[in-house]
Formats: sequence, structure tokens, C-alpha cells
Amino acid sequence: MADVVATAEIPEIVPTSLLNDQQRVALLRWMLHARIFDEVTIRLYRQGKMFGSVFAQIGHEAISVGSAAVLQPEDAIFPMHRDLGAHFVRGVPLRTIALNHLARQGSMMRGTDGTGHYADPQRKLYGNISHLGAMIPVAVGYALAAQLKGEPIVVLNYIGEGGAQTGEFHEGLNFAAVRKAPFVLIIENNQYAYSTPTTEEYACKKLSDRAIGYGIPGETIDGTDVERVYEATFYAVERARNGEGPSLIEAICMRMRGHAEHDNASYVPRELLEYWKKRDPLLRYQRFLIDNGILSEAEIQQMRREIEAETVRVLDDVLQLPFPPAEEAFKNVFL
Amino acid sequence: MPTMTLLQAISDALRYEMRRDERVFLLGEDIAEFGGAFKVTKGFVEEFGKQRVINTPISEAAIIGGAIGAALNGLIPVAEMQFMDFITNGFNQLVNVAATTAYRWGLPVPIVVRGPVGGGMSAGPFHSRSAEAWFAHTPGLKVVFPAFPADAKGLLIAAIRDPNPVLFFEHKGLYRKIREDVPEGEHVVPLGTARIVRPGADLSIIAYGRMVHIALEVAARLEDEGASVEVVDIRTLVPFDEATVFDSVKRTNRVVITHEATLTAGFGAEIAARIADKAFEYLDAPIRRVAAFDAPVPMAPPLEQAMLPSAEKLLDTCRQVLEY
Ligand SMILES: Cc1ncc(C[n+]2csc(CCOP(=O)(O)OP(=O)(O)O)c2C)c(N)n1
Ligand SMILES: [Mg+2]
Repeated sequence: MADVVATAEIPEIVPTSLLNDQQRVALLRWMLHARIFDEVTIRLYRQGKMFGSVFAQIGHEAISVGSAAVLQPEDAIFPMHRDLGAHFVRGVPLRTIALNHLARQGSMMRGTDGTGHYADPQRKLYGNISHLGAMIPVAVGYALAAQLKGEPIVVLNYIGEGGAQTGEFHEGLNFAAVRKAPFVLIIENNQYAYSTPTTEEYACKKLSDRAIGYGIPGETIDGTDVERVYEATFYAVERARNGEGPSLIEAICMRMRGHAEHDNASYVPRELLEYWKKRDPLLRYQRFLIDNGILSEAEIQQMRREIEAETVRVLDDVLQLPFPPAEEAFKNVFL
Repeated sequence: MPTMTLLQAISDALRYEMRRDERVFLLGEDIAEFGGAFKVTKGFVEEFGKQRVINTPISEAAIIGGAIGAALNGLIPVAEMQFMDFITNGFNQLVNVAATTAYRWGLPVPIVVRGPVGGGMSAGPFHSRSAEAWFAHTPGLKVVFPAFPADAKGLLIAAIRDPNPVLFFEHKGLYRKIREDVPEGEHVVPLGTARIVRPGADLSIIAYGRMVHIALEVAARLEDEGASVEVVDIRTLVPFDEATVFDSVKRTNRVVITHEATLTAGFGAEIAARIADKAFEYLDAPIRRVAAFDAPVPMAPPLEQAMLPSAEKLLDTCRQVLEY
């Protein structure tokens, strides 16, 4: 089991006045769910028992959890491929996530697709497709419809810093800005797009600097501080809900694993990983919660054990299930 | 002659052309130090440097549009799509800019856009597509789809030397599966030449890409049943070698066309129409097609197997045509 508290120097969490301690415990629980889902699926992958790719989100948990936690149930969310934390925040049951991930019988996508690509319209969660950037204009359109219908909802969408180099990123964000759509886009800048470092992806200093070109607010934040992510998202969402238009948030973090588990990421300098290891979003938050007397180390250990046991049980169980029957291939091409 | 996989033969063609002609350069995602997602360009940056092996941002429109511009300015770019599925993001550049430049300006656009395609790996709807028909339908683009290593090398060299935009489809299921002797050094297979990969007298299977290998398997099984089946690998969709195909049909009088892409408006429809148009009187049975079911390529193995064409489906159709 991983250590609860990182021993090396950890930057201090800057607490936000927007959160109470009960909410903080919930944030930790969701982050633990995301982290443990990765740990278990990585183990299964190594044992050759997984199906499909494992895109670990280790290092990203504070972003997906801290931002999704801001939303109201009526708000919509369009996550990217390292945002399982957001799926947990939206209340998607672990079993549903596993069924879709593993394309098993009973999954919402009927085996047609896998990973986090599913949609759960009841929870207003719409998954990504593989084509990076494709969902940005779609999420903007969803926000536009809400605006036209007079519904006070906000749409939260995510993209990697690599995906931010697609044409659809630009077209979507510009359209949102022109229409003052209730839309918030978070760039999860994890330093790499597969093997490509940021220096070969873009030449600006900060990706949030692009916001001024769209005439919208933008800021770059520490994506490993869940309270900071919550706060930045909170004000962007409030702005969008008040009809003041979209915002761009760049959250800096590190992809702590390979692009997916097949990739040993030998191209990432070890010192870079060492630097970011000290900024592990989960360990930082655990330290904060303990130091402030919100949870004890024992309570966190207990939480971890429970979530791990549940995750192992559900994944083992779902892996025993058959794939959907072949006939599913011929259904639903049209409704 | 060295033995190579399809993947090695493609690397060999790229390396050979880059050594021969310094105007040839590569661009694509993760192709430099990393050597590309499938390692086609492993070791290239060490030999040719970062100026000729360019890592790009995730911007397929810029990759393809940039290739077109570099071609207008005298270079010969070979662009890699990490998966050919992502070519959709550069579609406008291909069908509107690249495909019309010769016709409007009389200027050559000697680019190649290449990358992995195809299903069978449980990779889901966005990493499995066979997209060749979209481009075969666009006048001004050449479309190549090799099935064997030696052909892949010879066709890729021809594609790089061609003054027109060429799309080069590589079935990822064949990358490391198919091995054969590949000529060293200069080896050119002209675009627009089909190849009879197995001669036969009773039935012609017209195929390309991965389906050529399935057709060969089916032909071997039908031989046990007493039928002599010819397999024609068309190798390039555009330009299309009518002569070899018609000649085969005129000798066997029965034809089954197969591709992994979906059925409706697939390239098999084009081949069938041409045979019906120009070789009708030689046919003793209806022209039949074996292709994927008209759906996205699903992920779960039972669904994917049901959706894609298979040896069983091809065998069944061939038997029907032989018995007709
Ligand atoms: C349009 C498009 N081109 C290429 C790919 C192949 N691809 C998948 S993920 C990836 C890197 C993504 O990097 P980033 O957006 O930074 O997200 P990260 O994986 O780092 O979280 C690439 C190149 C793709 N999915 N979509
Ligand atoms: Mg990234």
C-alpha cells in the first residue's frame, strides 16, 4: 500500500474559504477513488487481465475532482481521458465505470466502445472520443442550447495541452466567446503529449495567455492543489452562470505514468518525475487534512482500505462477465 | 535478400528515399526520438536530424497543410498520421487543397500521407477505421493499400516519387505479422498495377490490404474442396488496374470482391460496377461482395468479429458463387 503522507518537502495547500471540512473529506474520497482505480487497473494490466488501454490519471486527480466538485447536478460535464475522478464526483457507480471501461455485457455502450467514452445523460456526463479536441465545439453547443432555452446551467469541459493544439480547440473556444456561452474549459497541462514535450507543442509561455486573444479571462493554476482548482473553477463557473461568458483555466500537473501502460515513458527525465512526485496531489491533500485535524492518518488509511477492497471486488467481478453478444454489433447504427 | 516485416519494409523505403533525395522529409506526431507510435521511424532522427524528422503538435490540418505548402516550395514531405483515423482532422487540406492543385494550378503536390489503419485489435471505433473509400472518391488523390512487405516498399517509393498527393494505408494487423524477402536498395512497384498473388481457374477473389491474406487462406481451403481460386491483390485503388482485374474475370468467369471497409459505397462497389459494365458477358454468376457490416468498428471482440469480414464469410460467399 502506498504511503499516506509523502515524506519529502511538500508545498503547502492554500485553503479556500469556499469549502467546509465535510466537502474536503468528499474531495479526498473522490481523489482516492481515482487513484486506486488506476493502481488496480495497472496491476491487472501487468497481470495481462485488463482489456483495452490503461490511461492512468496519477498526477491529475486534483484537477478532475476539484473542478467537477464545483458543479450542480443540472450542470453538464465533458471530461477527457484522464478524468475518471470527475466520473466519481458525478456519482457514476464504480460498477458502471468498470462495465464501460472493460466493454462488458451490461455496459451502457453495449460493447461498441470502452474506457471513459460513455455518456450518462442522467448525470449530464458526456464522454470524449479518441480524436482530441473533437468534444470542445460539442460542449460549447450544449452550453449554447442551455443559453437559448434560458436554463442557468454551466458546461465544464477538459482538454490536454496536446489536444489544445487542434483546430477544434480554437474554433470551439472562439465560438463560445462570441456567444458568451456558459462554458468553462480546463487545460490539463501534464508536460507531455505522448512522447512530445511541451516545447515541441506550443511556443507561448502559458496556454492561458491565449484567453486574451478570445476576449475571455484565463489563468494558470497549480493543478496539484485541489483547493486551488476548486476555487478557480468556482469563480469561472459563477461568471458563466451569470451570463458573463466562458473562461479558460490551465492547470499544471505531471503525467506520472506512461501515455498509457504500454509506454514506459523512458523519454521523461527522471528529475522531472522526482520534482513532481513531491507535488503528488493526493499526498499533498492528505498532509493538509491531517495537519489541520480534519482527518487522522488512521482514518485515511481506513478510507483507502475500503475503497481499495471495493475497487478490487468490482473489477474482479466485472472481468468475470462476458462481453456483450455479437448481435449488438448490428443494432443502433440508426435509431 | 533480407527478410522484412511489412513495418520494416515501410521503414526501409522511407530510409532509402531520404538517403537518395535530400528533399524528402518526414513530419508527424511523436515520430522523432520516440520513433512513432508503431516505431516505423525508429532511428531516423539519429540519422537525418530534427530538421528532416519533425515532431509536430497534435494538429493534423497543420501537418497535411504544411506538407502541401512544403511541396509547393520544392520539398517532398511524407506525413505520418499516428492512426489514419485522425486523418479526418486534415480532411479539408486533402480533398480541397491537395486534390485540386494540379487541376487548377497545374502545379505538383508530391506529398505522401501514410499511417496505420484497420481493425481486429479491439481498438474501438476511433482506432480501427478503414477510410480509403473517402479518398478514392476524391479525384486528384492516389490511394495505395499494400498487403505484402516487398510491395509496400516498392509502392511507397513509387508514392514518394509521384508528383501527386498519395494516401498510403498500412494495415496495423499486418505490420509485424507478414514477413518475406524484400529487395535491397532500389525497388519500385508502379502505382496502378495489380498483382495476381495466386493463380486459379474457377473464381477470382479481388482484394486489397489485410483481406488479401484472408483470401489466400480461403483459396487454400477451397482447393481442398476441388476449386481453383485466383486471388488478385489490386494494391492501388487509384489508379485502378482494370486490365489485370478484367483479364482475371475473363478467365475464371466468377468473381467475389472483398475489403475490410464497410460495404455501402465501399471501393468494392466501384470494382463491381466496372466489371458489370465492361466484362458482363464473361460472367457465369452474380458479382458478390464481402465487406464489413455498415457500422462503426465496435470494441468488444464478439461484436468486432461479427462486424468485420472474416474467412468464414468469404468462404461461404465463394462457395455460393462457385455453385451458382
Ligand atoms: C486528433 C488526434 N490526433 C492524434 C491522436 C493520438 N493521440 C492520442 S492521445 C495523444 C496525446 C495527448 O496529449 P494531451 O492532449 O496532452 O493529453 P495527455 O494524454 O497528455 O493527458 C495523441 C497524440 C488523437 N487521439 N487525436
Ligand atoms: Mg499532455
